[in-house]
Amino acid sequence: MCLSIPAEVLAIQGDEAEVSVNGNRLKISLMVLKNVKPGDFVLIHSGFAIEIIDREEAEKTLEIVRLMRTDKN
Amino acid sequence: MNWLEGYRSRELCEALINEIHHLADRPLRFMEVCGGHTMAIRKFGIPSLLPENISLLSGPGCPVCVTGRAFIDQAIYLSGQAETVVCTYGDMIRVTGSSDSLEQARAEGNQIRIVFSSLDAVELAKSKPEKKIVFLGIGFETTAPGTAAAILKASRQGLKNFSVLSAHKLMPPAMEGIISEGIPIDGYICPGHVSAITGTKMYNPIVENFGIGCVVSGFEPLDLLQSILMLTRQVVNEKPKAEIQYSRAVKPEGNPDAQKIMYEVFEPADEWWRGLGILKNSGLKPKPQYREFDAMEIFELPQFNEREPKGCICGEILKGLKTPHQCKLFTNTCTPANPVGACMVSSEGACQTWYTYEGKN
Repeated sequence: MCLSIPAEVLAIQGDEAEVSVNGNRLKISLMVLKNVKPGDFVLIHSGFAIEIIDREEAEKTLEIVRLMRTDKN
Repeated sequence: MNWLEGYRSRELCEALINEIHHLADRPLRFMEVCGGHTMAIRKFGIPSLLPENISLLSGPGCPVCVTGRAFIDQAIYLSGQAETVVCTYGDMIRVTGSSDSLEQARAEGNQIRIVFSSLDAVELAKSKPEKKIVFLGIGFETTAPGTAAAILKASRQGLKNFSVLSAHKLMPPAMEGIISEGIPIDGYICPGHVSAITGTKMYNPIVENFGIGCVVSGFEPLDLLQSILMLTRQVVNEKPKAEIQYSRAVKPEGNPDAQKIMYEVFEPADEWWRGLGILKNSGLKPKPQYREFDAMEIFELPQFNEREPKGCICGEILKGLKTPHQCKLFTNTCTPANPVGACMVSSEGACQTWYTYEGKN
């Protein structure tokens, strides 16, 4: 139930945002997550953006595993 | 989102699997407490990639599964009252109360609507002032801020016909409940999106008081394998701690905006969990200043019993004491098409995920 899907923020108006989920556009609420800007990727849960997805962190996590793999080889 | 493709990379997953096999020198039992993890672990076949001495247990992580039957009975009762419309997330619609589900009650004419967001229920209240709209507040810390936002919005708009029947639950009391019942576990795979809201501070008492490590995990194969590796390392090094594997979505401090709105509206209250009974301060109810939006306060609700269906062992499955295969009803009289217990109703329930991904045997 805590399923959340990633979406790209296209536009913001007040405490609402228009987002794209794999090309499908929908309106979501920004009432529980402030400081969002167009271009951000956010996690959407039951019509609310709940967190910004941090691309740098996403890459860092993968890099840790890549390094582990290289060390072993 | 192509930049997430690496999280399904065969080569990277293999590196993690090899490291887990190398490190796991003793029997290890890790429990996940998130329906999304229950599903992802079975879907990606994670148990088959692990050494035999690592067991993965499903805990009380599916809100639909741990919600009491009395709550469904209350919701059905309300939906049968004149001018009352019950709004719910789709997840709850097929779970049975003591006799019927919301879906069956709707077929019999009760007013029940499925909504995508709690704010849709507020919109409905605004557009239908002659109706009393009751929103079913189900879910853990991920979902509760949205319900709080709906109450705030209704309050700001001066709506008098919107209320919430809250069965919202908090994760840490259930995690401590599992440990207090003496269920042996060596680490918790912690819920990713609950933690996106709460951060990791709430896991510290579990680490400090019980010496059990907590790793917040994402939902891709690489996420789950890396979390299992992190927990294995913690046990082997005898250094349990609260760590974040899912760092692209979870910050140590969580989402302060969501926490603020959640605790502006709600306060902790004792709550009933299937399998665990009543746990102190494990639920959320509207604070006194939002009492006019609390369906428990504004409607007179009859008492309903928490009786489980005969033969159903959902309670034990939710504690990781038994697996679905150990239930006599599993695949015989209890199937996704005709579910007996809540764990078979929900797509995130242990029974339905086993049925779907593990087969009958």
